[in-house]
Amino acid sequence: MAVQASTPTLDARAIRADFPIFEQLIHGKPLAFLDSAASSQKPHQMMEAMTDFYSTSYANVHRGVYVLAERATAALENAREKVRALMNAPDVREIIFVRNATEAINLVAYSWGMSNLGPGDLVVVSELEHHSNFVPWQYIAGKTGASLVMIPLTEEGELDLSALDGIAAQGQIKVVATNHVSNSLGTINPVEKLVAWAHEQGAIFVCDAAQSAPHVPLDVQALGADFVAISAHKMCGPSGVGALWGRGELLQKMEPFLTGGHMISSVRLDKTTWGELPHKFEAGTAPMAEAVGFGAAIDYLNAVGFEAIEAHEHELAAYALGRLAEVPGITLYGPPAERRAGIVSFNIEGIHPHDVAQILDMQGVAIRAGHHCCQPLMQKLGVAATNRASFYLYTVQEEIDQLADGLHTVRKVFA
Amino acid sequence: MSEFDQMYREVILDHYKNPRGHGTLEHPDAEAEGQNPLCGDEVSIYVAFGDDGETIDEVKFSGRGCAISQAATSMLIEMVQGKTATAVASLDKQELLDEIAIPLTPVRLKCAMLGLTTLKVALHKAKGTPLPDGLAGFDELELL
Repeated sequence: MAVQASTPTLDARAIRADFPIFEQLIHGKPLAFLDSAASSQKPHQMMEAMTDFYSTSYANVHRGVYVLAERATAALENAREKVRALMNAPDVREIIFVRNATEAINLVAYSWGMSNLGPGDLVVVSELEHHSNFVPWQYIAGKTGASLVMIPLTEEGELDLSALDGIAAQGQIKVVATNHVSNSLGTINPVEKLVAWAHEQGAIFVCDAAQSAPHVPLDVQALGADFVAISAHKMCGPSGVGALWGRGELLQKMEPFLTGGHMISSVRLDKTTWGELPHKFEAGTAPMAEAVGFGAAIDYLNAVGFEAIEAHEHELAAYALGRLAEVPGITLYGPPAERRAGIVSFNIEGIHPHDVAQILDMQGVAIRAGHHCCQPLMQKLGVAATNRASFYLYTVQEEIDQLADGLHTVRKVFA
Repeated sequence: MSEFDQMYREVILDHYKNPRGHGTLEHPDAEAEGQNPLCGDEVSIYVAFGDDGETIDEVKFSGRGCAISQAATSMLIEMVQGKTATAVASLDKQELLDEIAIPLTPVRLKCAMLGLTTLKVALHKAKGTPLPDGLAGFDELELL
């Protein structure tokens, strides 16, 4: 791994050598993997950490008194501390391991929402949300009688903050939930401003950071949010593990989400009392090896440096916007390069995204085509689907060139 | 021939660009709407029966989506014209696949089958016959 410690640059070509997935041809072509926003590829260091855990330290955690159980417990708690440091959370007990960001948001929607929402209350989300931060709130609002209200988008695909006063006039806002970075357009949302507004209304703020944590330094204390959700699989870690950070005083008051083993203090026939944080929210056997892999992925990203990753992706987004603008008949969605993460969504006139993606695949280019789990946004854009190319620390300019060349071939097939 | 020439062969692109039977019927005897949430493909099919109440006299479709879904529906429209509702309601999907005659990945198979599934639902609904396994709930849920 090539890292230049003090300057915010990275050597994507050297980083790429850590990712075994690139050691193959797809349809006889080099792999241009431009779908990291859906899930990232994995460095061998992360996979080896998981294998090492299984090979040397595996046993169930928090139970046994033997050596392996102690090692496994230490490995899990060590990973928790790495997640705490990643998010700059004040207290490691506020880090709850979950399956993914979706589960983290469901945890808050159920545990906080079912006890605190009722008729007349407002839950505010944005038109830019991934279904992960939309459907749970829609569902819990429906269950509790609360109303779901949307922050609209501007023409450029950014949140229209001028609508906030109008929303505040509609009722008692209890929850504001938005993403930090849009998975669909790459829009970077002004979360600090939204948090301040939410708190003025007496509401809690829930931040879906699944799309930002892989790419930018995350600081839950600076953001000021009350809950922040992330997923390991989007940031070089394994699938099956994510984390919720929640403000301790809120987590203390909340009922559990899932119940069962491990999350208890004592179980009697007539009454069970809940365990301490974070265990109250971690029923059942934890995703232990996955958490270890998550920790190793965080180590890997820290060694490269988040400032360098962010700068690299901005550079790639600007390059891609330039190259794609040369393709006749293209429509590019979302804000200008300086206000977006490494995600570019587009459509080619007269050619459905699925056909575009299929013809690109035959040229070794992997992009996402569809609604990106953002159907409300697609309705706003007036399209059924878009093509999306997304970049990460291992992305090189040649992959974007391969995409641009591929799009010319797409147009020829449909000419 | 390259792989994309096989999948996007001339006849597919022709049906996509010049769909047969594109439009709607004002008073259809049978109609249904289908969606493929994966691609965002949408197809609505309208059928008018002949005097015998059984022969497919006129059939139209509207919708939007990928080339495979729209071309396959257009080809289907040509295939079923003049056939009986009973025959089409139990049409073997292989017959349509033979007509399309392109290699399809599992994901694209759903695109190719959208029109046929929608048409079958329309016919079963119109005839009051129970939907076969796999199509149950289709008129309420999206085709998954």
